[in-house]
Amino acid sequence: MSTILIIEQVLNGLQFGVMLFLMAAGLTLIFGVMGLINLAHGSLYMVGAFAAAAVAGLTGSFFLGLVAALAAAALAGAVIEIAVIRRLYDAPHLDQVLATFALILIFSEGTRWLFGSFPLFLDIPDALSGPVTLPGGIEYPLYRLALICIGLAVALGLWGLIERTRIGVQIRAGENDREMIAALGIDISKLYTLVFALGAALAGLAGALVGAIQSVQVGMGEPVLILAFVVIVIGGIGSIRGAFIGALLVGLTDTLAGVFLPELFKLFMETGAAQKSGSALASMGIYILMGLVLIWRPTGLFGARA
Amino acid sequence: MRLDERYINAVMIAGLLALPLYALAVDEPFTITLVTRAVILALAAVGLNIILGIGGMVSFGHAAFFGLGGYAMGILAYHAQTYTALDLGFISFEGTKSMPLIWLVAMVVSAIAALFIGVLSLRTSGVYFIMITLAFGQMFYYFAISWAQYGGEDGLSIYIRNDFPGLNTLEPIQFFGICFVILCAVLLLKARLQASPFGLALNAARQSAARVQTVGMSPMRLRLLAFVLSGAITGLAGALYADLNRFVSPAMFSWQLSGELIVLIIIGGVGRLMGPVIGACIFVALEHFLGGLTEFWHIYLGLILLGIVLFGRGGLLGYLTGKEGAHV
Amino acid sequence: MKKLLMAAATAALCATPAMAEVKVGMITTLSGGGAGLGIDVRDGFMLAIEQSGRDDIEVVIEDDQRKPDIAVQLSDKMIQSERVDVMTGIIWSNLAMAVVPSAVNQGVFYLSPNAGPSPLAGKGCHENYFNVAWQNDNLHEAAGAYANSAGYENSFILAPNYPAGTDALTGYKRFFEGDLAGEVYTKLGQTDYAAEIAQIRASDADSVFFFLPGGMGISFLKQYADSGVDLPVVGPAFSFDQGILQAVGDAALGVVNTSQWNKDIENAANAAFVESFQAEYDRLPSLYASQGFDTANLLLSALEKADPADADAFREALRAADFESTRGDFAFGPNHHPVQTIYAREVIKEGDVFTNKIIGPALEGHSDAYAAECKM
Repeated sequence: MSTILIIEQVLNGLQFGVMLFLMAAGLTLIFGVMGLINLAHGSLYMVGAFAAAAVAGLTGSFFLGLVAALAAAALAGAVIEIAVIRRLYDAPHLDQVLATFALILIFSEGTRWLFGSFPLFLDIPDALSGPVTLPGGIEYPLYRLALICIGLAVALGLWGLIERTRIGVQIRAGENDREMIAALGIDISKLYTLVFALGAALAGLAGALVGAIQSVQVGMGEPVLILAFVVIVIGGIGSIRGAFIGALLVGLTDTLAGVFLPELFKLFMETGAAQKSGSALASMGIYILMGLVLIWRPTGLFGARA
Repeated sequence: MRLDERYINAVMIAGLLALPLYALAVDEPFTITLVTRAVILALAAVGLNIILGIGGMVSFGHAAFFGLGGYAMGILAYHAQTYTALDLGFISFEGTKSMPLIWLVAMVVSAIAALFIGVLSLRTSGVYFIMITLAFGQMFYYFAISWAQYGGEDGLSIYIRNDFPGLNTLEPIQFFGICFVILCAVLLLKARLQASPFGLALNAARQSAARVQTVGMSPMRLRLLAFVLSGAITGLAGALYADLNRFVSPAMFSWQLSGELIVLIIIGGVGRLMGPVIGACIFVALEHFLGGLTEFWHIYLGLILLGIVLFGRGGLLGYLTGKEGAHV
Repeated sequence: MKKLLMAAATAALCATPAMAEVKVGMITTLSGGGAGLGIDVRDGFMLAIEQSGRDDIEVVIEDDQRKPDIAVQLSDKMIQSERVDVMTGIIWSNLAMAVVPSAVNQGVFYLSPNAGPSPLAGKGCHENYFNVAWQNDNLHEAAGAYANSAGYENSFILAPNYPAGTDALTGYKRFFEGDLAGEVYTKLGQTDYAAEIAQIRASDADSVFFFLPGGMGISFLKQYADSGVDLPVVGPAFSFDQGILQAVGDAALGVVNTSQWNKDIENAANAAFVESFQAEYDRLPSLYASQGFDTANLLLSALEKADPADADAFREALRAADFESTRGDFAFGPNHHPVQTIYAREVIKEGDVFTNKIIGPALEGHSDAYAAECKM
């Protein structure tokens, strides 16, 4: 196994990780500020991808598609926050799970009703298609590099928003003490809608960006949702920094385990069996990682100590 | 409308028994199958409700035990139907088609798994507990998918339903009878448990772990014991479910199934004896009737669930009795 | 007099058993992720029933949500409650394995419009089970044969880690005579193939064979096209059917895939099918639609000759496969699986629509590897 291949796989893991971060950031923010478990976050990812595919198909512009994805997901987020989620902040976690589970059903079948049962087409823009040669002779798809950059930029922007702006101060205050910031005269329900829409927009962005290299279809959000939950639990719920580290850990573990475990097993098994058992173990890899992290630190890497 | 919960419970049990008998009289065997499905799902949810309702632990990975019970049945019956040896290293035998034996194995295997998962998971709480149990469920799911010897994703078909001494289990009504009796027995057990010192202590541990600790009991041990018991009951339900379908597959381990079990409990009412039973009946009925109405029935199912959460706090039983009941 | 008329009428009814009421149960996937395939099978099937003009055939359609346990319950419902004579419709092999063995053992006929798992073709074959599509390995075997004729000597092969994936790679290897540059099992439902594509790039393969049905194939093709790896790709038709080609777009252009059917196979039945399907549903038919259509026509041809109540006669009528198939010649082998020609097709663009065109046969008069194990 060559160095080039290893570097390429690390890049792949990184790219997967930053996209997971876009999903996980919104999820962890919503949990941190409002204390809400949002299972429907994967549906917002799907809404973003479908909006991007529909608009890009009509206008021929990927960029407009991205704008549409952000807008549609943020709007969908704001609408469900006002119509449903708002009533659940004081409800037990169980009610939140059931209500957002119901939202998944409504979103999935609603999307199928609107767009039909066949996957939609969304392609990467011409300017970003094809591979580039990196120093060291590594050929790597330009679009995936762009994804890594966008992901890192969003992470930086989010950090700036939370640490350096007025809204950020309110969000952090909201995580610590809801009653207090309400008492300070901040319109808390507006703040909540805003945070929810922000989280939704990030999910929609991820859906559109990833949709271009994967398939835009109903149900695409659920596998990512589960992964995003794994990420925020590893990182510590409510922590943006934890979500970032967790996302990279999950991305790298999943990618590298899939490649190296079968190779490792080949050392002491015959090829076919090594392939099969190696990839079987690899598909459990991130869950094993999560189990280990939680056994070591029951509230995740950066979670508040109980 | 304010009804006594005991009264509703009695009506429920009577109804559950009467419907299949009526279906038998008018020769509609499929209705019996549907009710049997509801009874088995209810049994699995009653198992989950021991930790969820009394103990306040939301396990999002109970499909692990449901699946283990299913595979215990699948593997034992598979070896019996193919006359191949099941080699466990220390013992080798040709499987079995006997239900009581299969149930025993299913419960023991699930209990051992629950002990293992419980020891590790119960160090966490709240959302972390939800997620770590999900993680264990997913591990079992992916393991089952790549377990080629027992069908992998295709699963295992068992051609003839397993035997119970003295009964013809192929008759839908007789198999229903078996499941119904087991459900009643487990409900009785749970009622006794809830009122026992153990149940009271577990309930107290949910409200305040520190207080339980000060009176010299270990909340961790209470929870672990409840978790193991809960896993074993859900495992038993898994074995019955496998026998109902004469088929097991990794889908029994899926996180959607864990989610469905939670949904059943919430629909009926958390922490109530008959909550899971009512929830399972409503869920199966919705699935059956809405599915026949429209291709897009999931939308309506979603809307109904949403309505239950937003307007029917405490589930259907909470609504009928006018008490919100135990909340987590 | 009245009595006589009644007797005459009864006699007339008995003389034409084909006119008996027939109930068909269709269990297929109509909601959730894989709904496109089930909808195509259903639409193809119903088109043929409609065209036959017979109003004595009742088709009960149910959605299995792609869940095996739901499929089993629906099957119980079809047999116990609806009391159907014939069942059909299942798309996925794992669902077929859950439903078919117990259904045929209860005396129902099952006509498979899509799935063809190997146990049902070999040791587990049954006299009441007929497969109108293919045995699961068939299209992969044809891909292997095509790879030989295209002169490939070193293939990189990949499929998901589940039984149908193992069957696919086994099928390809059964006919491919070259070497393997790599053999990879991916995670079921995986959507990112960057890691596998990197392995392909690092290998010294001269061709790639993949079996990744549904959304997995869309993802793989888009990412492969963008990776700059330009080795030729071969695959079975499942990643190139009419339903998903539009979602893959340019990335699929020129890719060779194997199929027992295409819309340009020249015969009258096929031309009429393609035209009427488009007229009825306003979209091009896929191979799944053609399989649904053929399944219904097989059923209709048998009903002309015998009543399902007379199981032996009806079975003989099915076995004769006396219908005009959209794929031209069609016959059943001894295990009730098709003996048919499998073609290599190439993805092309007609106007704005991506579709396939036939290059030539990859395997002719092909049966399957399990027929010998079938004792019927």
